Amino acid sequence: MVADAVSARPRCLRYWRAMLLLVPMLALLALFCLAPMGWVLAHSVQGEHGLSLEHFWVILGSPFYRQAFDNSLRISLYSSVIALLITLFGAVSLRRVDGRLKNAVIALTNMTSNLSGVPLAFAFIILIGTNGALTLLLRQWGWLQDFHLYSRNGLILLYTYFQLPLGLLLLYPALDALDDHWQEAAALLGASHWAYWRHIALPVLAPALLGTFILLLANAMGAYATAFALTSGNFNLVTVRIASLVSGNIDLEPNLAAALSVLLVALLALVAAVNQWLLKRSYHAR
Amino acid sequence: MRADRFHRCVVVLLSLLLTVPIMATLLYSLSQRWEATILPEGLTLAWYGQLWHDERFQAAFSHSLLICAGSLLLSTLIIVPAAFVVCYRFPRLDRWMNVLILIPFSMPPVVASVGLLELFAAGPLPLVGTPWILLGSYFTIVLPFMYRALADNLRALDIVGLMDAAYLLGASTPRAFLLVILPNLRKGLMASLFLSFSFLLGEFVFANMLVGARYETLQVYLYSLNAGSGHFTSALVMSYFLFTLVLTWLATRLSRSNK
Repeated sequence: MVADAVSARPRCLRYWRAMLLLVPMLALLALFCLAPMGWVLAHSVQGEHGLSLEHFWVILGSPFYRQAFDNSLRISLYSSVIALLITLFGAVSLRRVDGRLKNAVIALTNMTSNLSGVPLAFAFIILIGTNGALTLLLRQWGWLQDFHLYSRNGLILLYTYFQLPLGLLLLYPALDALDDHWQEAAALLGASHWAYWRHIALPVLAPALLGTFILLLANAMGAYATAFALTSGNFNLVTVRIASLVSGNIDLEPNLAAALSVLLVALLALVAAVNQWLLKRSYHAR
Repeated sequence: MRADRFHRCVVVLLSLLLTVPIMATLLYSLSQRWEATILPEGLTLAWYGQLWHDERFQAAFSHSLLICAGSLLLSTLIIVPAAFVVCYRFPRLDRWMNVLILIPFSMPPVVASVGLLELFAAGPLPLVGTPWILLGSYFTIVLPFMYRALADNLRALDIVGLMDAAYLLGASTPRAFLLVILPNLRKGLMASLFLSFSFLLGEFVFANMLVGARYETLQVYLYSLNAGSGHFTSALVMSYFLFTLVLTWLATRLSRSNK
């Protein structure tokens, strides 16, 4: 009994001493991540007189906020689809070229992923903004007549650009799921190139494509810096609205910002849940 | 062979797509004038000279470096022991840690800053407007990446065997950790540090919303230039870009030599 107690104490002590090393990490995480999250959740349902859903009704009833969601969703959706298509083609071809070119392009992709947010917006403004170096040139040649960088199309272009590196980095390793022999086997059985992609490659890749798509979509939905820098906060996006409700000069309404944030995160969670559900039903799960 | 050429074309096109904005910004920052001609007129380094002698730029750059270095130091001191403890003493906690580190990763910075702005505006911790709040919020940005990198690195090592060997030779746990485990983590840690440094340097949302002009970082300064000279701005964009380039290059070199 006594011997047991003696040997148990150091073990217990060691256990707690080890636990102690986790405390700073958990404390910082709680303070700077969980607490703000809790604040947002709690205040989104904080009405003038106690608990209420009034902020959500305000948002859903306001054409202005509905437009913000509409814009955010459209830009995210279009840019993610375009980026996914480009990166799918890119990644497939990248697997077919020789090693040196492949490594160079992967390094380049890593490199360009640094160009996002404010620097990205400014690079595009300098080039194809109102007085951009290329704008004047392209206008002379008769191109770019009805394209405006500070519009929805401009944002889709920028978003697509910063989605490309992410899409490529996610999709390229996923293509390892394709066995090169399958294409030969399919060709021997008389399948055309298109039939191989339609019936073999795309179904196999479906989970990876979906997963990449979801991450791109979430990335675009939550993006703020690029749009804010490009349009000085004048383009109506959900993230721009949230920021202006807590840090603008007029109309500070943190509770409304909290409700918008909850809706945004809920939307992202919903997309992720649908993705999970589709994944379960996909080819690989069977 | 026709297919080979096709794939080559696609890859080259993709690379062009990715590099055109960067190359054009570089050219623009090096040119005296560039209006409605295919190539700019007159190459010059004057914009870079002007930029690097600008006091506001120097201040913003040193603020950024200080904040990034500070947050990374804090993150390293906290996450390295934590990752080791989880992998060595509580391997079953790793699954829960993965869920936990997903939270800061899945919350858009704008959403997080709504809560941060209200919680730390006043009260016991009035941090808004000071660089200190950035240290905390940057810790949450770095956490998922650094924890994952370290945990993967630790799992690849035989920590139990290494620790047992160190114990047999009479080392205490902290000593064994410092002398045996830590040197094995160095490369992975350095790679994740360089990578984190480069994306913290590009962080704008927290810096602008929580602190803004009161402790101006590089990104906030860049944003404030808005309507200034395009050449000057592009010199700034390129300087920032080249700096992060060196950091990512170091990171990839380190992680490659790790294998």
